[in-house]
Amino acid sequence: MLPAGNGYSELDCDVRIKHNALAAPRGDCNLDLPESTDIVSGTGQKPHTLIGKDKVATDQFVRANLGWMLAVAKRIVIDGSIAEDVVQDAFANVFKNLEAFRGDAALKTWMHRIVVNQALMALRKQRRRNEQPIDELLPEFDSSGCRVDEPSMLSQLAQTPEALLLSSDRRQQVLASINRLPDSYRIVLMLRDIEELSTAEVAEMTGLTETNVKVRLHRARAALKKLLSPLFEGTAL
Amino acid sequence: MNIMPSSVRQRIRSIMFKLPLMITCAEFEEFIIAYLDGSLGNRQRRIFEFHLAVCRECRNYLAAYRSAMTVTRDVLDAETANTLEDVPEDLVSAVLAARTTQDRK
Repeated sequence: MLPAGNGYSELDCDVRIKHNALAAPRGDCNLDLPESTDIVSGTGQKPHTLIGKDKVATDQFVRANLGWMLAVAKRIVIDGSIAEDVVQDAFANVFKNLEAFRGDAALKTWMHRIVVNQALMALRKQRRRNEQPIDELLPEFDSSGCRVDEPSMLSQLAQTPEALLLSSDRRQQVLASINRLPDSYRIVLMLRDIEELSTAEVAEMTGLTETNVKVRLHRARAALKKLLSPLFEGTAL
Repeated sequence: MNIMPSSVRQRIRSIMFKLPLMITCAEFEEFIIAYLDGSLGNRQRRIFEFHLAVCRECRNYLAAYRSAMTVTRDVLDAETANTLEDVPEDLVSAVLAARTTQDRK
């Protein structure tokens, strides 16, 4: 357990969501998302001036973006059919606000924020099952502050990248472990490590303080390390 | 190879971490996030790395912590690739149909 009184105390247990999906995208955000604006190539026009007016362009726009948006939604809400609803709502939101959108290259960043926010809202309505309390997954220290930890084969994975080519069974086990994290921690991990949002952005989207975002990110990673360790015991490295 | 009983090693470690510029594993733990995102100052980073050099438990722990991050990212990347490969056609239709209805309003 982390000692209390050092800024690592838990301030707020609920992930609260601010409805800020439509805030102007930040220029400094560099997301590594798949390219999706094929429809613009050759037309010389910005996508959002075409979408809605041109049936073919709209169709292409939806096809080009639906996949990655669905992947983002699934990572957050887990359930596939809820993720599909999220994507539908996100597209409705995108279409409704395209006219007002004045960005250029940041169209995708803007859409990414929309789908993340929509997914967070959907998640709030769900009651999760199978969550494991975070406390029992956190690192332990003895009375002198020395680490009490079982050595794990996971530590050797880092040196052998080829071992990371996981079988589909193993991938499912890893996914199940991720899903056992409490939502309030899992979401911070997803938004920071996978969606690559900044600490400030995650704080804004969840209503947590930046310090708390960092604490939760660390705890989520530490808990995941503990959940994943048994999966890799006995793995030939 | 570990030739000392673990209780003796624990004793030595607990005494060692009381020396100047030494931190305990519990303190080390609190610096991990800042260390990994590169936001530790030079002095703090040196103290962190010194602990890393002398403490095998924390070395193993940090390596496993990083592996867990890598495995998580790889698995979710693979999931994304699956989703992109298999975009549900009925969802495309539903989004487009909703758009058409919206236009007529």
